[in-house]
Amino acid sequence: MSNQILPLPRPVEVINTGLGRRRAAERRFRLYGVAAITLALIFLVLLFISIIGKGYTAFWQTQVQMEATLAPELLDIADPADRNQVMAANYGAVMKAALRQAFPEVTGRAEQRQLFALVSSGAEDILRQRLLDDPSLLGQTVSVWVPAGGDIDMVRKGHIDRSLPESERRVSDQELAWMDALVQQGRIEQRFNWQFLSTGDSRSPEQAGIWGAVMGSFLTLAVTMLLSFPLGVAAAVYLEEFAPKNRWTDFIEVNINNLAAVPSIVFGLLGLAVFINIFGLPRSAPLVGGLVLTLMTLPTIIIAGRAALKSVPPSIREAALGVGASPLQTVTNHVLPLAMPGILTGMIIGMARALGETAPLLMIGMVAFIVDVPKGVFDPATALPVQIYLWADSPELGFAERTSAAIMVLLVFLLSMNALAVILRRRFERRW
Amino acid sequence: MNQLILISVLLLLSLAAYQMGRRRAFRLVDGQLRDLHSLPVYYGLYAAMWCVLPALLVLIAWTAFDGAVIGHLVVAQLPESLHGGDAGRINLLLNDIRNVRMGLVPPESADSAVVSAAQHWDRLQGMAYAALAVVVLVLAVLGAAFTLTRIHPQQRARNAVERLVMVLMMVAASVAILTTLGIVLSVVFESILFFRLVPVTEFLFGTSWSPQMAMRADQVGSSGAFGAVPIFVGTALISAIAMVVAVPIGLLSAIYLSEYAAPAFRSVAKPLLEVLAGIPTVVYGVFAVLVVAPAIRSWGMSLGLDVASESALAAGLVMGVMIIPFVSSLSDDVINAVPQSLRDGAYALGATPSETIRKVVLPAALPGIVGSIMLAISRAIGETMIVVMAAGLSANLSFNPLESVTTVTVQIVTLLTGDQEFDSPKTLAAFALGLVLFLVTLGLNVIALRVVNKYREQYE
Repeated sequence: MSNQILPLPRPVEVINTGLGRRRAAERRFRLYGVAAITLALIFLVLLFISIIGKGYTAFWQTQVQMEATLAPELLDIADPADRNQVMAANYGAVMKAALRQAFPEVTGRAEQRQLFALVSSGAEDILRQRLLDDPSLLGQTVSVWVPAGGDIDMVRKGHIDRSLPESERRVSDQELAWMDALVQQGRIEQRFNWQFLSTGDSRSPEQAGIWGAVMGSFLTLAVTMLLSFPLGVAAAVYLEEFAPKNRWTDFIEVNINNLAAVPSIVFGLLGLAVFINIFGLPRSAPLVGGLVLTLMTLPTIIIAGRAALKSVPPSIREAALGVGASPLQTVTNHVLPLAMPGILTGMIIGMARALGETAPLLMIGMVAFIVDVPKGVFDPATALPVQIYLWADSPELGFAERTSAAIMVLLVFLLSMNALAVILRRRFERRW
Repeated sequence: MNQLILISVLLLLSLAAYQMGRRRAFRLVDGQLRDLHSLPVYYGLYAAMWCVLPALLVLIAWTAFDGAVIGHLVVAQLPESLHGGDAGRINLLLNDIRNVRMGLVPPESADSAVVSAAQHWDRLQGMAYAALAVVVLVLAVLGAAFTLTRIHPQQRARNAVERLVMVLMMVAASVAILTTLGIVLSVVFESILFFRLVPVTEFLFGTSWSPQMAMRADQVGSSGAFGAVPIFVGTALISAIAMVVAVPIGLLSAIYLSEYAAPAFRSVAKPLLEVLAGIPTVVYGVFAVLVVAPAIRSWGMSLGLDVASESALAAGLVMGVMIIPFVSSLSDDVINAVPQSLRDGAYALGATPSETIRKVVLPAALPGIVGSIMLAISRAIGETMIVVMAAGLSANLSFNPLESVTTVTVQIVTLLTGDQEFDSPKTLAAFALGLVLFLVTLGLNVIALRVVNKYREQYE
């Protein structure tokens, strides 16, 4: 035991000794925050890079120049004036003859089959169109650019690795040799893929396009918009401006808030059970899709609409009522026009969400394989996100790039809708 | 199609009635508007309203019932020997008749009685359309004429029109209730059918799930098994992985954005985070399948682990990324709602910003944060596309994130896509799963919303 009395440390010293540790903790905490945001943004960048990196090639298509002789005996056309004969003629035979002519050394059956796969079966449609446009070509030799077969397309775009041993890749050495010969003759080119943007779905990836899905999405959204805009605005106006405060109104409010958080697939179940099984509406139709998406987006639109109405100051209403307008006239002539930009912004955001929605559409059968571009709301159709889902499931290599390209198209639509909403808000938003 | 033409004609008629009503009101007072009770527009609208509404109601009711009535008439006319009064056979016959009428079955290959019934049906249908058109048009013209002749200056046209608008708006507001009712009824109704076939206890507590039904009665395993525990466990596993990703990242970024970030950084980072929320879930699904799952697999291989190609980890991870902005924007609101005075008090005592946040702001915001996490969990449970694409189909009862598990939403989608008869246990099971999903998410939402609101009131 020593009698030495240790001097008590002064409070400042206590604080100072801990300060280094506390400052380090402060820096660490800040760093966690920065790291969290960085991580989230890295995911975002990764997502965009992987999709654009995989998808941009789908906007280009490998095309082959062929010298095709439109011989009537091959085409089996007896009467060139008969349109039906021209439509139904055997263009495949002409294409095969052209390929045989280009590579006369190929004789074996199996080899010939490989040779014919150099060119997509879509080539026949191009020949048919040429002949329909100009019947005088019958019997003549025409030089046409036709889409290459799916595998050749993949090799040209670098999705199939040529350095792999032959047994591990889809394309044989023989096919590569033919392709190289064509390249040397300058008969293979990459061209912009209009077909991808202008046709419907197909079983062969090089012929598949997204126009059918875009139209399906458009028709579905048109139904959604036509129904949800009037319904949403009417409901928002009623609840915000006229509804008495009672149990019924409270019940409606609770309902709307809960519906906004119900999983979208449950709306699909509702659509299947009510619209298809009870009302007997056709499966896969944009009409049913639009109805389901209407019910799904209505809560969002009503909530946004009420917020917009609430932001209109009471003085506007009082002034209108003061000069003798009826309550309804006050709302329709004064409050509603002032709230419209906000309502429209909410509407566009709701539509953007509906455009990206997939799950409820699966439930009502909009996942079928549909080649034709839908023309009306009763025609069977798919939607753009559903098309992405279908292509992502396909094993062919060509569909992988098309999946990513379709995503790019979908994202362009979504981004422009959201940009429109932002512009609308910036332009017309008024601070009172 | 005929209905569409009728509706267009109706709309044209109402337009005419509107114009006539307006003009008539105007002329009645020789342009002296002050002598009219309402503006002329309202007299026009009043006439148009009476022109369209009754006719439209009749049109809707008629269209809803004419199929059943005609079917009944056609069946009554069929010879008794064909169906023997049996309901099932009558339905089959009606189906045959419909196929003939739609041209799905050529008339030569069908029974002659069926063909004549189909012709009879077409005849009746034509008559029904004609009758409908006459009734609707007469009603429209009568309604318009009746109101037009009654127009007088003291008539309270505006009040009548406004009352109608009010009723229409009330109906629009009630659509939300009808939707909820529709969801509950459709899901509950099918679920009751399902629970007649499979006991509730077996569904909720059974541990084996294989909804395959036999093609033949004597097939092995013909009964199918409907114990949903593996599905619930799989859903919980994937949601838990998602929350492990989303909660720390979302919460920390919300704290940084609301407490530390300079306004310029905030105005860039916040919209970028919201882009994550705007990306469709199917895109996340593709991302999970094409990028994340292979990456996890090769990473697992390099560590000597056996990773399933449809691992719960890949689906959960991507779902977590999807939910980050959801957690962060909700917690952002909650943190901003904490009064500044609490922070100032902590600073005055010498606390550093991070100590203020950890010891004062977060405890004060805790109920709100818990609420937002619950909302995020309900999001994760109900999320469909990511798991449909990236998670497995087979129901393994496993807590291993590297194995393949399945979820409630995956099962609903796989059970209901494709052509099945609608009353097999397989499709009904999907509705039972839908009921569970609806109840669980509803419960989470109700509790979370209540917690958040209560918390908000505390500081207002």
